[in-house]
Amino acid sequence: MSMETLVPYDEALARYEPVLGIETHIELGTTTKMFCGCSTEFGAEPNTQVCPVCLGMPGSLPVTNRSAIEGIIKIGLALNCSIVEWCRFARKNYFYPDMPKNFQISQYDEPLCIDGYLDVEVDGETYRIEIERVHMEEDTGKSLHVGGATGRIHGADFSLVDYNRAGIPLVEIVTKPIVATGDKAPLVARAYATELRELVRAVGVSDVRMEQGSMRCDVNVSLMPKGASEWGTRTETKNVNSLRSVERAVRYEIERQAGVLDAGGRVIQETRHFQEAAGTTTSGRSKEEAQDYRYFPEPDLVPMAPPREWVEQLRAGLPELPAARRRRVQQEWGVADKELQDIVNAGALDLIEETVRQGAEPAAARKWWMNELSRRATEQSVELSDLPVTPADVVRVSALVAEGTINDKLARQVFDGVLAGEGTPDEVVEKRGLKVVSDEGQLGSVIDEVIAANPDVAEKIRGGKVAAAGALVGAVMKATRGQADAGRARELIIEKLTS
Amino acid sequence: MLNEHAAHGSAAAGQARGGGAITREDVAHLARLSRLALREDELDHLATQLDDIISAVARVQEVAAEDIPPTSHALPLTNVFRADEVRPCLTPDQALSGAPAADEQRFKVPRILDEEA
Amino acid sequence: MSIIKKTAAELAELISSGEASAVEVAQAHLDRIAAVDDSVKAFVHVDPDVALAQARAVDDRKAAGETLGPLAGVPIAHKDVFTTADMPTTCSSKILEGWRPPYDATVTRRLREAGMVILGKTNMDEFAMGSSTENSAFGPTHNPWDLNTIPGGSSGGSSAAVAAYEAPLATGTDTGGSIRQPAAVTGLVGMKPTYGGSSRYGLIAFASSLDTPGPLARTVLDAALLHEAFSGHDPMDSTSIDQAVPPVVEAARRGDVAGLRIGVVKEFGGEGYQPGVLARFHEAVELLESLGAKVVEVSCPHFTYALPAYYLIAPSECSSNLARFDGMRYGLRVGDDGTRSAEEVMALTRAEGFGDEVKRRIMLGTYALSSGYYDAYYGKAQQVRTLIARDFDAAFEQVDVLVSPTTPTTAFPIGERADDPMAMYLADLCTIPSNLAGNAAISVPCGLADEDSLPVGLQIMAPVLADDRVYRVGAAIERALQDRWGGPLLAKAPEL
Repeated sequence: MSMETLVPYDEALARYEPVLGIETHIELGTTTKMFCGCSTEFGAEPNTQVCPVCLGMPGSLPVTNRSAIEGIIKIGLALNCSIVEWCRFARKNYFYPDMPKNFQISQYDEPLCIDGYLDVEVDGETYRIEIERVHMEEDTGKSLHVGGATGRIHGADFSLVDYNRAGIPLVEIVTKPIVATGDKAPLVARAYATELRELVRAVGVSDVRMEQGSMRCDVNVSLMPKGASEWGTRTETKNVNSLRSVERAVRYEIERQAGVLDAGGRVIQETRHFQEAAGTTTSGRSKEEAQDYRYFPEPDLVPMAPPREWVEQLRAGLPELPAARRRRVQQEWGVADKELQDIVNAGALDLIEETVRQGAEPAAARKWWMNELSRRATEQSVELSDLPVTPADVVRVSALVAEGTINDKLARQVFDGVLAGEGTPDEVVEKRGLKVVSDEGQLGSVIDEVIAANPDVAEKIRGGKVAAAGALVGAVMKATRGQADAGRARELIIEKLTS
Repeated sequence: MLNEHAAHGSAAAGQARGGGAITREDVAHLARLSRLALREDELDHLATQLDDIISAVARVQEVAAEDIPPTSHALPLTNVFRADEVRPCLTPDQALSGAPAADEQRFKVPRILDEEA
Repeated sequence: MSIIKKTAAELAELISSGEASAVEVAQAHLDRIAAVDDSVKAFVHVDPDVALAQARAVDDRKAAGETLGPLAGVPIAHKDVFTTADMPTTCSSKILEGWRPPYDATVTRRLREAGMVILGKTNMDEFAMGSSTENSAFGPTHNPWDLNTIPGGSSGGSSAAVAAYEAPLATGTDTGGSIRQPAAVTGLVGMKPTYGGSSRYGLIAFASSLDTPGPLARTVLDAALLHEAFSGHDPMDSTSIDQAVPPVVEAARRGDVAGLRIGVVKEFGGEGYQPGVLARFHEAVELLESLGAKVVEVSCPHFTYALPAYYLIAPSECSSNLARFDGMRYGLRVGDDGTRSAEEVMALTRAEGFGDEVKRRIMLGTYALSSGYYDAYYGKAQQVRTLIARDFDAAFEQVDVLVSPTTPTTAFPIGERADDPMAMYLADLCTIPSNLAGNAAISVPCGLADEDSLPVGLQIMAPVLADDRVYRVGAAIERALQDRWGGPLLAKAPEL
């Protein structure tokens, strides 16, 4: 690995203007693969979801999955693309062991969807990201590299290939060059990936899980000196597999390329790999020969000419898209732009909306999902939606707080119990005995003990310094391990000492 | 069938040259692209033969005018799709039955040099 | 007459009437194979036990009172390009030697469903690339008419098997003439159906947009019966036509040409054609006229560009189709010594596993598709393909069928063109246009050339989906010629 001289980000942006391009691959959530009837279910035993077609066995032939085509058309429509009248699949020819036919069925100069856009917002400003094309292709198998010190591809002794993923429908979304983003470039890139993920999720054609590889980004970056009209040489950083990494990869490439250019060097047009741990990009192995994919029309598949009625039917069936939904929700809940952005980024919009739909107050739903539960998701490194807690649970906890059965502090313990699999909120309250103590008798004896233990404070309150009651309430809470009704405790203390 | 391959390279490089259409270096390059580890004598022999053949087939350039649409498929079928329904897969044993080497229910292949070709 | 000389239609009748059992019929052909195949070398794999078990199943079904299909119990030789789950499938290539596919081709499945008895797999030019069956990794097949000559190709094992009475029927595939040319040079009937009329699922691809499965037989009716048995829509093949199979059997039984307009392709004849071939061809045309057809000459000006276009399109597709043979998932693997990379092992495997012609075509196709050459070669060839289809369209506005010699010469000696690819390619000169345009075309025997007493084929071409029309004309000329000869042409072949 060569040592790179980085230019600090702000300095780099003072002298150079970045141009970005983002290619995103999204695996569609169809029941079967793109060209055969094998299941696409994630996580199966190796080579159990394969057939002659997806193994590329001699004599086998592909047949296109209608649902996959509907899926890509829906994505295209959601991205404001035109759906072409006629197009073909093409073969992209190159040899690689995880690609069973040694060609990938893809689309070349006749993509199914063209000329769209996606608006994204960064710091209150809207950036329109133009979409060049959206096309259909198939995924490859997965290799396990065995031997060598690291288990990585370099230095491995051999590889073991599982073709369960081979032939999964893959949609590739390619932006036009993204210009004039200045120092916001990394944030715009991240916002685009985030918005695209939300959009595809809303359309309902993929689970778009970056950590499982069902969405992955390749990020192109080039720099040109400020004021120049000609773009610089770009690099393509492959397989950037989280939203945060999209931002970091762009940022790193800006700093790295600025370093190269400042030193009078030239940026090499190459494929680079993002190193998640270090937050850097490294050069792919240089090729002896330039790639020549020898694209030609796939003769085993007939052209597609999506009838206009079909396209319109699919358009009519699109759900409310994220941007429209955000506007609506913002109005309904009365939240600020920043807070809404946080909700979206946390992947909490669906959950909060469902919680509200099931009867919780918007403010309470937001509070629990965005504070308490988001923190736990982050701690456990899982998606918020993967926590074993449902909107119904949050509705119930909110209700318990509202009716005074528990307080916020106890509510956290209720969530502890729910997350630990102890049952519903009511069951946790019951099992853990988490009800607020507001009963005068029980509370009264605790208060008496506290007053006796803190004569100085008690004296101050008697002398009229009612504000000092807080210290005694704290002691009561401590003595009851948080279960006391703090408000009631305060009332009782003041009553006892001043009346 | 219009709208075909506007993005492909120019014709100029491939003009018929009636012999000398292809060099030995070209043949070696083609062999690498085709993943064929050819011997030196094979390369020599093929260079001559391919040159003959390419010079002969270049005749297609005589008749094909710009306004003729290309044909990629014998018949004008469109929109052949299948329902998104699961069909039986092979068993792993069947899938691996012809594999030159297998391990852990996977195809065992020699070490792979790069992330992607 | 002995069982092996009977036609498929006659055998089916014997079996259904109970005069012969399917086992007897299969055994007679297995005996014939045992007797002559050492010299003909039509088969690369024969499994008597598997064959007899299939025959026994047919006899059992008959004994149980089941109604049998029109070809039940009839033996067949199956080209080794179709996958068979119970027999190896090699495409006569070292790279697939011993490969047992885990699935049946659709054509294979339909043969089984028809109750046909698959005797074994026939030899072919490796991956169907060739016109002589010399490009087989397992050695050449010999023409039963003269064992020193080629049986045509690539379906040369199939043509030789049927011509040598080792089987009454055989499957073939036709990409540039690979059924019609072998049929012509062995005195058989060979049909290339309309592209998409018969399924390619399980047919190991050479050139996907051209490959077409079809029948080889000793009579036009037999060819039609087999055509009907394995054709029809297949949802596993996206290019398969979702329409009823044309009424080919009915047409073959009818066999008349009265009032039909027949066009002689002006461009196919003259220099480069063997005089004996042209003589038999012209006699056949006169005979058709005497049977009531109206004969005119038709020009198809772009047909002379079909050969160069084909030798760009077919290799281009083959360079991609054959990429999967890399020693990673099935078949041969060479050089995996634990130190070499996958890339190196692939290249060594392919260099060792493929024969010369296959390598030549992979290289040619790689060239034609490569950056900077695509437009000038593959692109232009695709435009020529359009022009050829237009020539056919224009011709079929004037005439009902087109005719030509099937191939410019009779069978040539083994070895004669082995290292002269351009000379070899000329064998498909007349057959290629129908592959490029996808229309139906048949070859029927029309006599022996005076020079060498070897068979000559007449090619009859009809529009897309008018497959029945070529059977109708083929049956008419077959009947008239057999009247003239006093029996089938094959009766003139020397005893083996």
